[in-house]
Amino acid sequence: MRKAELSLGYIPLVDSAPLLVAQEMGFAAQEGLDLNLEKAPSWSSLRDMVAFGRVHAAHMLAPVPVALALGLGGALPPLHAAMTTSVNGNVIGVSISLAEKMRSNGATLDFRDATSIGHAMMKSKAERLRIGVPFPFSMHAELLYYWLSALGYAAPQGLEIRTVPPPLMANAVASGEIDAFCVGEPWGSIAVERGYGELILPTSAIWNFAPEKILAMRKDWISERPELAQRLTRAVWRAGRWLADPESHTTATELLSRKDVLNVSREVIDRTLSGQLIVNQRGEERHVPNFIEFHKGTATFPWKSQAAWIGYRMATRLGFEPSGAMSAARDVFRTDLYRRALAETTAALPGASEKVEGAIDQAEPAASAKGTLILERDRFFDGAIFDPYKEDRS
Amino acid sequence: MPPEASPLSIVLVEPDKNRALQIIDSLKAAGNYDIRVIAESTGLARAVASFNPDVVLVDLANPSRDIIEELSVASTPLERPVAMFVDQSDDAMTKAAIEAGVSAYVVDGLRADRVKPILDAAITRFHMFSRVRKELETTKRALEERKVIDRAKGLLMKARGIDEDAAYSLLRKTAMDQNKRVVDVASALVTAAGLLG
Repeated sequence: MRKAELSLGYIPLVDSAPLLVAQEMGFAAQEGLDLNLEKAPSWSSLRDMVAFGRVHAAHMLAPVPVALALGLGGALPPLHAAMTTSVNGNVIGVSISLAEKMRSNGATLDFRDATSIGHAMMKSKAERLRIGVPFPFSMHAELLYYWLSALGYAAPQGLEIRTVPPPLMANAVASGEIDAFCVGEPWGSIAVERGYGELILPTSAIWNFAPEKILAMRKDWISERPELAQRLTRAVWRAGRWLADPESHTTATELLSRKDVLNVSREVIDRTLSGQLIVNQRGEERHVPNFIEFHKGTATFPWKSQAAWIGYRMATRLGFEPSGAMSAARDVFRTDLYRRALAETTAALPGASEKVEGAIDQAEPAASAKGTLILERDRFFDGAIFDPYKEDRS
Repeated sequence: MPPEASPLSIVLVEPDKNRALQIIDSLKAAGNYDIRVIAESTGLARAVASFNPDVVLVDLANPSRDIIEELSVASTPLERPVAMFVDQSDDAMTKAAIEAGVSAYVVDGLRADRVKPILDAAITRFHMFSRVRKELETTKRALEERKVIDRAKGLLMKARGIDEDAAYSLLRKTAMDQNKRVVDVASALVTAAGLLG
């Protein structure tokens, strides 16, 4: 059988691994697919590449298709998420001088406590704190706003969130253009390596199980080629399962470090995959459980409640009506496609497509049509609970 | 005078001075525009916002393009002044712009017929750039391949005591036997020699 050729766009990041692995480790071939991977220079270009059919699908920031559904970022054809490709995986870092100030103000930089570290960061900066994020519609931006406003530092008075392309992040800190940053790996570790920044928190300390990237496809394409969309989803899901196995890490690291992919040393990539991060130039190491997840629990399930959370956060921040925004956001995460694609696999599919977010303290079993489904700890740092139905009624 | 008659203001984001000058020339030939160039990515969003242009032109391959995206949420949602120029009614032009590698952001509600000549001019110019860029890349790759083949030839000449032509024939024959490109065989040889010391 001739393989169907699909082109996929990605931004070089550790969490683009599921797409690369799908092709390189034969999961695509298993579905009769041949993937042609195309590197994009920026998130806006990647979004446009999918929207205009230059590529069939792409790995993308979870909030991008939600923003598009809210009319943000241009009048483009709608994009939908077939699955979540990774959970967590971002770091927050500050300039060397801000880290030193935080320490001299008595902060304990344990890489865990988002409350005390957040207060220490805000109190150690005299003027408005400037934080760099890769894109205005990103989990980086949403989690930062969530974190700092829950601590009582509402934008825009105390804080300025700026867009800085990840490859320029380390230099932006070095030149004093920003005081802090939130970015996906390997860029945080690169700022540490170059001696410009120090890591203070993983974003998983703000929300323990936050969707990060999704597999984006054009809505029309999903309806026109449902079978291809499902085959691709299966291939990427299997790639995620392979990546979650610690025995795959050496091969995965090798693959990602290649010159034509990330062009970063294997050792730096290994920090992300093992959750063993080096946070400053003194070589202090911190272990982060669930630092990045490609498969664990329901990591790849595109929960409609998570889309609703993103829609709700964006709406309240930008002055949209929240309940309309949440319902537009829900439509973007295609649990129907995910369920159809994985029906014949060993994947344990949850009984519901929405859940209350932030309510699980310890990993616990949940209702599933088959197999054992485990819901992982998903708390917000401030103990808040997001109930999409309650928000809808209020 | 109705506001429609005043010349449109354009901000061009382009770090390369030569390219910027050429684009300005093309735009000037297309009509009367007020054009400003921003070369720095530092403070880009604020710089663009302070000029308050009707149109922003930026190379699609420029990672700084994401910074401009920020402007779509910078103002109040009621009067968001900058929207991306992707009017679904004009798919052909948008496609042409993307193929050429130019992205344009225009003020919401600006009439398409006023933007068209600007984009047409930019698209033509960008097409030329991408052709030159491709040619450069091809030349560079050819040069690099040449270097690897030369090194492999040198290694063979030394190890086997043969002349240059014989070394090249040997490389070519091996490549043909293995169904590989000469440069791939040469590069494997150079790597192996490096490992063996």
